[in-house]
Amino acid sequence: MSAVLPAHGHADDHGHGHDDHHHGPPPGLMRWVKTTNHKDIGTLYLWFSFVMFLSGGVLALTIRAELFQPGLQIVNPEFFNQLTTMHGVMMVFGAIMPAFVGFANWMIPMQIGAPDMAFARMNNWSFWLLIPAAGLLVISFFVPGGATAAGWTLYAPLSTQMGMGMDLAIFALHIMGASSIMGSINIVTTILNMRAPGMTLMKMPMFCWTWLITAYLLIAVMPVLAGAITMVLTDRHFGTSFFNAAGGGDPVMYQHIFWFFGHPEVYIMILPAFGIISHVVPAFARKPLFGYSSMVYATSSIAILSFIVWAHHMFTTGIPAAGQLFFMYATMLIAIPTGVKVFNWIATMWKGSMTFETPMLFATGFIFVFTMGGFTGLILAVTPIDIQLQDTYYVVAHFHYVLVAGSLFAMFSGVYFWLPKWTGHMYDEGLGKLHFWTSVIFFNITFFPMHFLGLAGMPRRIPDYATQFSDFNAIASVGAFGFGLSQLIFLAAVLKCIKGGAKAGDNPWEGAQGLEWTLSSPAPYHSFETPPVVK
Amino acid sequence: MNAHALHSNRETLKKLLVIAVLMFGFGYALVPFYKKICEVTGINNLLKADVAPVNSQVDLTRKVVIEFDASQGPNLPWTFKPIANSLAVHPGELTQIDYEVVNTLNVPVTGQAIPSYAPRNAAQYFKKLECFCFKQQTLAAGETKRFPVVFVIDPDLPKDVGTITLSYTFFTVAGRDKAS
Repeated sequence: MSAVLPAHGHADDHGHGHDDHHHGPPPGLMRWVKTTNHKDIGTLYLWFSFVMFLSGGVLALTIRAELFQPGLQIVNPEFFNQLTTMHGVMMVFGAIMPAFVGFANWMIPMQIGAPDMAFARMNNWSFWLLIPAAGLLVISFFVPGGATAAGWTLYAPLSTQMGMGMDLAIFALHIMGASSIMGSINIVTTILNMRAPGMTLMKMPMFCWTWLITAYLLIAVMPVLAGAITMVLTDRHFGTSFFNAAGGGDPVMYQHIFWFFGHPEVYIMILPAFGIISHVVPAFARKPLFGYSSMVYATSSIAILSFIVWAHHMFTTGIPAAGQLFFMYATMLIAIPTGVKVFNWIATMWKGSMTFETPMLFATGFIFVFTMGGFTGLILAVTPIDIQLQDTYYVVAHFHYVLVAGSLFAMFSGVYFWLPKWTGHMYDEGLGKLHFWTSVIFFNITFFPMHFLGLAGMPRRIPDYATQFSDFNAIASVGAFGFGLSQLIFLAAVLKCIKGGAKAGDNPWEGAQGLEWTLSSPAPYHSFETPPVVK
Repeated sequence: MNAHALHSNRETLKKLLVIAVLMFGFGYALVPFYKKICEVTGINNLLKADVAPVNSQVDLTRKVVIEFDASQGPNLPWTFKPIANSLAVHPGELTQIDYEVVNTLNVPVTGQAIPSYAPRNAAQYFKKLECFCFKQQTLAAGETKRFPVVFVIDPDLPKDVGTITLSYTFFTVAGRDKAS
């Protein structure tokens, strides 16, 4: 989004100027290919994830078009399975995760007063690895047998049997995993070693804290996913029997290994969102964040607990009652640190002088709708209820409430919040507000009926359904198209803001705190080459 | 960036890389770990002889219908069927049923049968004392074999279970055949 950054944008560097940095980005396309600048790479990540978001969205809309009426109208069941699978893979690994890395690239160095990321060239590589990975996913639609249709979780024994689309998906995940691990190593190193003098860990902005913990989670669990899909790959082609019952393996073991990655992954996708909200709410309540240290401890406890709850995804696989009880209680325990966070945000708002510009609207919407998703999560944690609701639309409603209204809304909030810093222009408040209201309304039209569908027993990942589910499905499909189209408003708002708009001051928000707001807007191409001193 | 900062960054990079590599190994270490858990807790004990029920009193007051089912996994050109589709037995009564397997290929093939039960909660009361599924079976080219299954239904079987289905699926022992 810094595409129009003037080459001399660092002219006003608040006295931190150096003689040797009178150079901006080189012109032309090669700037983006070869860039090692954290702001450029952040921009690349954000655009990449937005493209993936739209692509995954088109798959989702095809699913909703098929489900608009009972019966089979648009796609055949095999292709429908590919759609649900690839929608999940693209949104999780292509949209949400890279978008947060984009935020990390842009904001972490500016928030901790570092000149760039610790390993600038590795940073470039972690981004460019994503392109071949996305290419493999796209190509997989066109190979014999089509794309993988085993669900985004790639459960064995489906995943050990499918055609070569599955192999392409495995390679894509390997590459994306490698990219994530490199990105995370970069983030941890930057935060631990390159903070400005005086910025102790407990003075660090919340976004950096949440990303530090997220990055550790990624380093811990992405290799486990890599291991699991490598086992699938060797089962498929090299005669091993990790998950092949005939050779003494066990398909349920895949689920255990996958969810050891998969549950921390869920928090990987939400912790940075918590970080963004912890910046936006104080800025627009014009009060410091309530309970900063409890926020840090709550984030850490969520991360630690995330390692001991994986089997709640597997209550119907026949695990013993003692195991079910353990995982049920451990899962419910997560509600406590999450509740601490929600109450802290509300306490931050309490008696604040609040205004509701677009970032704050999205943050408030996030708190409201994410909390609803959190509650349905708590309901699903109860083993006997989960056994009823397993693989129904209730689960689909739950995780879209936390992933779309959670992670995605938080990212919208963050984009509107920092766009003035990134582009130097104010975005169009009218477009922003329109984007918020259409998004939040259509989101609920889409996903709220899915709770009822799930409670009534409609299974997910099925292209057809019994006629009694027709009305709610039609409503959800209408909502989905509305939600999809609303995102074009976002695109328009961002493009308009890049092109021009009211000039943004260094700190366009009255209540925003932090080092990034001491820089000029747009942020100079090189910032904090001399570290600021934090008191 | 000065030399000192560069050095400490590289040190952090190394430490984090070690964690990543260890976690990759940890993923693989979960495999024997889960095998051990299953062994110790007796979960997933499909391929071993069960211990005969403690209560050996035959329950003559009721009969349970045992249905036998047989199927093949993909790529296994065997015909595989039980000699009877169902039997009515008293709980506690020692029973034998034979399965007939024909290798229709003109090369030897090795297979492994995997049992499953319906309803699921009946599985723990179905005690197989002898079964061809306890090991891999090799059939010579065109060979026909009869395999016995000896089982007893635990008399503690809940009264509401009137029918139990025992289903076997024979799989090729993959890979080993391909590799050879």
